[in-house]
Amino acid sequence: MRLIVEHVSHGYGSLEVLDDISLTVEEGEILAVIGPSGCGKSTLLGILGGLLEASRGRILTDGAVPSGSLNPITYIFQDFALLPWHSVAANVGFALEHHRLDAYERKGRVDEVLAMTGLLDFATALPKQLSGGMRQRVGIARALAVKPAILLLDEPLSALDAQTRELLIEEFLALWLAHRTTAVYVTHNLDEALRLADRICVLSRRPGRIREIVAVDAARSERGMAALAPLRERLWRLIQEEARAADREHV
Amino acid sequence: MSEPLRFRGGGFVIGPKPISSCLGGLAVIAIWQAVSSAGWVSPIFLPSPAGIARALGEMALSGQLWRHLGASLQRILLGFALGSAAGLALGLALGLLSHARAAGLPIVSALFPIPKIALLPLFILWFGIGEPSKVATIALGVFFPMAIATYSGVDQVPRTLIRMAQSFDVPTHAIVAKVILPGALPGILAGVRISASIALILVVAAEMIGAEFGIGAFILTAGNLMRTEDLLAGVCLLSILGLAVGFLVSLAERRLLSWR
Repeated sequence: MRLIVEHVSHGYGSLEVLDDISLTVEEGEILAVIGPSGCGKSTLLGILGGLLEASRGRILTDGAVPSGSLNPITYIFQDFALLPWHSVAANVGFALEHHRLDAYERKGRVDEVLAMTGLLDFATALPKQLSGGMRQRVGIARALAVKPAILLLDEPLSALDAQTRELLIEEFLALWLAHRTTAVYVTHNLDEALRLADRICVLSRRPGRIREIVAVDAARSERGMAALAPLRERLWRLIQEEARAADREHV
Repeated sequence: MSEPLRFRGGGFVIGPKPISSCLGGLAVIAIWQAVSSAGWVSPIFLPSPAGIARALGEMALSGQLWRHLGASLQRILLGFALGSAAGLALGLALGLLSHARAAGLPIVSALFPIPKIALLPLFILWFGIGEPSKVATIALGVFFPMAIATYSGVDQVPRTLIRMAQSFDVPTHAIVAKVILPGALPGILAGVRISASIALILVVAAEMIGAEFGIGAFILTAGNLMRTEDLLAGVCLLSILGLAVGFLVSLAERRLLSWR
């Protein structure tokens, strides 16, 4: 499934947050969106997920919904958004509760994604008993349970420490390679974007406009620091320029 | 020259001390009893703990205790049920609906501070001297704190949980039932705790104004007859009732909010 963004702008009152964003997320790719703080990355993701209504422009999906997909466009949240009164299994099952699945099928789906994310032994644990990394695994499992066609990830690793982030990037990549789900990955971490994305969309300072969309040509297995250094440098300059300009404007 | 590092991190840690907490209460009762037994204070002014216990025992044996307690409990339960159900409904509306909040919150804020017992004469005029006026006073007293507690409980449910449910296309009624209500439960139970204490105060006040039975009526009669042992036995009953309510709410919190 492709996601087509046509001339999307958004503002909160007189505050313009996004300005004329047009892009296409191709089937089976990860598009990372980066930019300085407050550039409207998360707002854009909210609009793509149908959780915010764009002031102008429109979003189109193109292509058939894969069979078995219960929630074609699915979100993974920065702060995990787990129901604290539900166990791990119930949190994953929550995404399935409102669909016509019999109990056997529902449990099957929950167990399948818990196994995929290494959570089967923690099915009865409450979120408070889990570490941040484990909580985000539950968030990922919940998203996978509905068999999404497009994944929207809103800084999914930013609440985690560096080690956990590294582990989860590897796990997420392994899961993604098995399914190749179209994904939009919002992050402020350039290295995460370089490790994961097929293309990186750099947004300007507020109101966010597309500065550049850059393809990451190297295969994911060959994305060492050295191989990507020139691209990293170029992207970092773009972000730095925007962040410095934003700081000056703020003063 | 080496010397052991001096520990300086002691103190400022409050831990549970069950023996001290039992001894504290027992010591107060023992001193009270000693003062009474020594005859330093007239039993009319301050009856002894033993005298109060005897009065309670006599009340229980004569059936008076159950009659008064039953009458008070009936009023509390009915008033609390009516007031808290209505307060819960209004609190949900204030928490969930912009128009309800804009229109209702100023009204609730204006009416909340009125001591509800001041309205009892009006309720007597409306509903008569019997049960309905007392129940209405309790219900109104419970209604506002429940509405405000529910409203702030709903308001404190993290928005990201609601957005999560929306992102999975969960229907609105299910979001209210499965996300907002459980999320607001800590606030709602805090409201129950406050409302229950208010109900206890109001039932006594209402019964002192016009009732034949009830703990408030019993205390008032005992006071009028200078039977201070009976008076304090009634007060003890209120204390036990308050403790029981607190215990039940704590039990509900432990069972329902174990996820916190």
